[in-house]
Amino acid sequence: METVLIPPANAYVLGIPTIIFSFLIPVAGVVIFSYIMAMRAAPLLKAAPDNRWNRFGERIGQLIKIWLFQYRQPRYLLAGVLHIMIFAGFLILSIRSTSLVILGIAENFVFPGLGGPLGIVYNLFKDYAASMVLVACVIAMIRRGIVKPKRYAVPERYGKDHTSEAVFVLCLISTLMISESLFEASAAVAQSQKGLHAEFIAPLSLAWFFKIGMGDASVKTLQVVHLAMYYLHDITFFFFLCFLPLGKHFHVITSIFNVFFMRIDRGNVKPVRHGISDEQLDDLASFGVKKLEDFTWKHMLDFYSCADCGRCSDQCPANAVKRPLSPRFISIKGRDAIFKNYPIYPVGTAFPESEPLMGTVYEEDEIWSCTTCGACEQECPLGIEYIDKIVDLRRGMVDEGTVPQSLQKPLRALEKRGNPWGKMEKKRADWTKDLAEESAVKILGKKETASTLYFVDSITSYDDRMQDIGRASAKILHAAGEDFGILGKAEKDSGHEVRRFGEEMLFQDLRDRNTDAILGSGAERIVTADPHAFNALKNDYKDLPPVEHISQYILRQIQSGKLEFSGNGSNGKVYTYHDPCYLGRHNSIYDAPRDVLDAIPGIKRVDMLKCRDRSFCCGGGGLMLFYEPEEEQRMGVLRVEMAAEAGADVVVTACPFCLVNIEDAIKVAGMEGKMEAIDLAEMVAQHIK
Amino acid sequence: MEILVCVKRVPDTAENEIEVNSDGTGIETDDLVYSVNEWDNYAVEEAIQIRDDVGGSVTVVSVGDEESEEVVRREMAMGADSGLLLSDDAFESSDGKGVATILKGAVDKGNYDLILTGAQADDGAAQVGGMLAAMLDLPYASLVNSIEVLDDKKLKIGREVEGGNQEMSEIELPCVLSIQTGINEPRYVGIRGIRKVAAIDIPEYGTGDLGLSAESVGESGAKVKRLDYFVPELGEGAEMLEGSTEEIVEKLIELLKAKGGIK
Amino acid sequence: MANIFTYITFKDGVPDDSALELVTAAKQLSADASPTAVVVGSGIDALCNDVAASYAEVWKVETEALSHANAEITRNVLKHILPQGSILLVPHDTFGMDLSPGLSIKMDAVFVADTIGFEGTDGSTLTCIRQEYGGAVSTHVACDIANGAIINIRPGAFQPDETKAASGQVVDKSGDIGDVSTKRVYLETVAAEVGDVDITKEDVLVSIGRGIEDEDNIEIAEDLAKAMGAVVSCSRPIVDAKWLEKSRQVGTSGQTVKPKVYMACGISGSFQHLGGIKGNPFIVAINKNPKAPIFQVADVGIEADIMDFLPELTDAINEL
Repeated sequence: METVLIPPANAYVLGIPTIIFSFLIPVAGVVIFSYIMAMRAAPLLKAAPDNRWNRFGERIGQLIKIWLFQYRQPRYLLAGVLHIMIFAGFLILSIRSTSLVILGIAENFVFPGLGGPLGIVYNLFKDYAASMVLVACVIAMIRRGIVKPKRYAVPERYGKDHTSEAVFVLCLISTLMISESLFEASAAVAQSQKGLHAEFIAPLSLAWFFKIGMGDASVKTLQVVHLAMYYLHDITFFFFLCFLPLGKHFHVITSIFNVFFMRIDRGNVKPVRHGISDEQLDDLASFGVKKLEDFTWKHMLDFYSCADCGRCSDQCPANAVKRPLSPRFISIKGRDAIFKNYPIYPVGTAFPESEPLMGTVYEEDEIWSCTTCGACEQECPLGIEYIDKIVDLRRGMVDEGTVPQSLQKPLRALEKRGNPWGKMEKKRADWTKDLAEESAVKILGKKETASTLYFVDSITSYDDRMQDIGRASAKILHAAGEDFGILGKAEKDSGHEVRRFGEEMLFQDLRDRNTDAILGSGAERIVTADPHAFNALKNDYKDLPPVEHISQYILRQIQSGKLEFSGNGSNGKVYTYHDPCYLGRHNSIYDAPRDVLDAIPGIKRVDMLKCRDRSFCCGGGGLMLFYEPEEEQRMGVLRVEMAAEAGADVVVTACPFCLVNIEDAIKVAGMEGKMEAIDLAEMVAQHIK
Repeated sequence: MEILVCVKRVPDTAENEIEVNSDGTGIETDDLVYSVNEWDNYAVEEAIQIRDDVGGSVTVVSVGDEESEEVVRREMAMGADSGLLLSDDAFESSDGKGVATILKGAVDKGNYDLILTGAQADDGAAQVGGMLAAMLDLPYASLVNSIEVLDDKKLKIGREVEGGNQEMSEIELPCVLSIQTGINEPRYVGIRGIRKVAAIDIPEYGTGDLGLSAESVGESGAKVKRLDYFVPELGEGAEMLEGSTEEIVEKLIELLKAKGGIK
Repeated sequence: MANIFTYITFKDGVPDDSALELVTAAKQLSADASPTAVVVGSGIDALCNDVAASYAEVWKVETEALSHANAEITRNVLKHILPQGSILLVPHDTFGMDLSPGLSIKMDAVFVADTIGFEGTDGSTLTCIRQEYGGAVSTHVACDIANGAIINIRPGAFQPDETKAASGQVVDKSGDIGDVSTKRVYLETVAAEVGDVDITKEDVLVSIGRGIEDEDNIEIAEDLAKAMGAVVSCSRPIVDAKWLEKSRQVGTSGQTVKPKVYMACGISGSFQHLGGIKGNPFIVAINKNPKAPIFQVADVGIEADIMDFLPELTDAINEL
């Protein structure tokens, strides 16, 4: 079809057929891009193995929900909507971009399938898409450059600010949108001026405005615009393509893969090395991540995929109290370390020998500060995993012996006595001694058996205050008529934090001894009031009878009528439920505890702003109680302030560690008399008939 | 530098309840857990750091029964190059001089530049290091909290003295030093580390191997013997304040005011 | 019994409290003992005269080589001047720990460390009382003193004998001391960092121990100190954990304090800690363990959790 304007495929500039550029630019672009991608792929080939080629059905499901439908983006509403606009725009415009490249060579190219009415519909969509993307980019530039939301800020210790990179890319994208629209608009104007058939341009789209703006331009002007905008788009497009793998916009390419391969299960920890069984561990020369190549290929892909959005660090409780940990920079520093060790330029450089990561890329306190609460992983729209990396780095430090003195003592105590305080094994069941005869607790073993095992774990067994939770739980089990018992001195610490602090072999020792004791007790089901123990038994241990948390147990008993509440619990106090990390985020149990509380007559309950999967970690459990972090204040203090803000007088928790941390925080924050804390089991025990 | 570190297997005081046994002959051992004496552990870490700095090897030695082997092995897992166990029925009930005599036997079989012990152990005697140095006629310093290797003939050491001060001296090699806690931050040794050294042989020496006579060690050689263990009768002690917290606080404030405690 | 000698430690020309405690110790060892004090150092004339007020005889060894204490040299000196078979009492402080074990070997005498009492002599067997396991248990120890003994006495275990009724003779033994060369040469003493506060000059101290449990909890002690016009001090574990500076540590390896009032909060009362408290202050002990040794030495005791008690006390004082 003859057009008024000469298409790029047929044009000449200074006697040179521009079609040459239509070839050269894409070819150069693809060659350079492929080279860069090869350099980017190299470290992944040297990385540790990972086990992701499985469960494809679930992976596709996650891909559709999180990648395609951008499910996590709106959690930060404005940024989320902007991103969805840009993302949707990119997806829609991918066809147009491909067509444009080919149009530079074959001027009548039509994308397969878009010949007829479908093509007209598509053109409408693409016009709006481009407009939407430009609007989003402008708003984004204002946010980045002027508003400067806190979570994008780069703390001094991590180097230069990233705003210029962000704005630069937004400019590139804007250029793409503008040049494509001008390219189209200029042709449409030329056609209209001659009264010929012009491409239908969507009303009120960017191109539409350009069409109006150029309505009176001369053909010569239009021709220049048409050609210039084409090659501007072409160059920008391929420049952008090659620029993507050089920084945070690599996620544009890697996100689909990163989300596809992302973690499916929660609450568990990766094995020391995929493909190595427990029995083979003794033969491994080195445990954990000490240098870059010890990360798995998926973890390296995570580093590539970080979009520097800062949502993880914004949710990170350690970051909030100014511990030296910012998950975002775990990724950014990891990514930069890969870039540094596998340089693209000069071409042909040999890859240098990898250095230890600790002390160079990461600091020890940075890695020990993490409470493994999972807020970062919950938030990341790209499916980046943090906990496994932290655990792997800790495994490396444990292997080298660089463990803080404050943690060495409880680890030794766990090894010798099976609990981090080093208290005597034979006193583990002493908390049952004060119970009245009718509430006596059986110790399972050779002499006594029961169908249900109440797994107490260390803090509830030995801590004066937490023993109350044990007694309350026993009372509840008795009231429900449950035939239950405890393991007594045969029980060892579940080892939940031992594993997460990198002492894998000690964890396995505790796990094996507990497993023997549990299986030896003959119990058919397990109940525990400790979410760390619950998570360990459910997700870290194998081949155990089914495990429940006591909140789930209580709800079942309420629903079946075995547990009833008496009278009216109202006392004018307002209660709020604090979601423990290992019950909530890691095991998706949010409703059972709330339903239990709501079943108590007269209890007024509110939710804090940060609740459910946005719950704010109390400070951590297990070994984290012993670690001495560098921080400006305690996580618990921030949490009780949140409770006060929600109008609550009492914080109800369902975890002994949460209770310890919150009660301590109430004292430290000077809120005694204004705020209380209580465990769910204690609440229930107080109110059952 | 060839370094020998003397370590002892002791009950963990922090994690145990130390009680006199029913007939007063010793302490109740049923529920005790044992580990390496904390001061000795600092000494081994220091030795390893010196070796990593200037080269050489670290040997760990312990006087005890078969169970002391686990302690020697743990220190090897920490990074010591080799271990020795000095074990013989004749060694039982040795006093401090006896233990030093036994250790001297092991020292004489080697060629050590530096011998380290912990500043004290569970009996709080803090004696073996000093005695060993005198038997070997080597210079000695106790309560060492810093070591700097000046050259292969001299060390610059710091001793912890009263008032939190540090006494600096230069000491000639070979010498004996007893090490105070806090000199360094000992590295962690986990189960994995111990498994890695599980198969290494630890030679065991008795009186014959060390060229010792039975009279110089053990019960027969001891001039200091424990007669019994007991818990002293408690005196009157403090006047315990009773009542509700409010009442106690009130009484206390009265007393403090009287004694000039509240300004 | 053989002759009893006592070793006098001193600082800046002033004898340590142990000088008078050893008089008492010697009397417990042998009721009619008349111990001889041994003073070794440089420029010690005035010091010897001072000591002579409490001892029948003072042996003075004046040598430039000992212008600063050096256990290695002193060991040789003592070996020369002390008769074979003597009994020497030495304070179990950082010098005594350095000196005595080796000296006992050189003199072929028995050595008993950190002794807190004597229970009679039977022929050549002396029964001493010691503690083990950080003070958890006590033990009677039989020592064969036929060939003499070097006995280290725990500072503070015996009351100082303040009578000063003796007008002892100072005997100069500087002549025959043998070789004063040494393979351990004193360089200098590095003073502990002063820190922001000098607890040795304070009248009222709020002292914290392991019972504080967490660095963040130190605040409650600081609040109490502020309310009382006092200053926070601590026991060794707090300094080891690096929660407070060394200059705040009360104890034999820390500072010696002489307050009027000493609040021992969550402190168990180990002798090393108590050894840093002089002058018999009014001691208030707050500890959740009723069996803590501190309750033996405190004037007033409160069985409570300091985490609960201290804030209450602070509030009450602030309301005054």
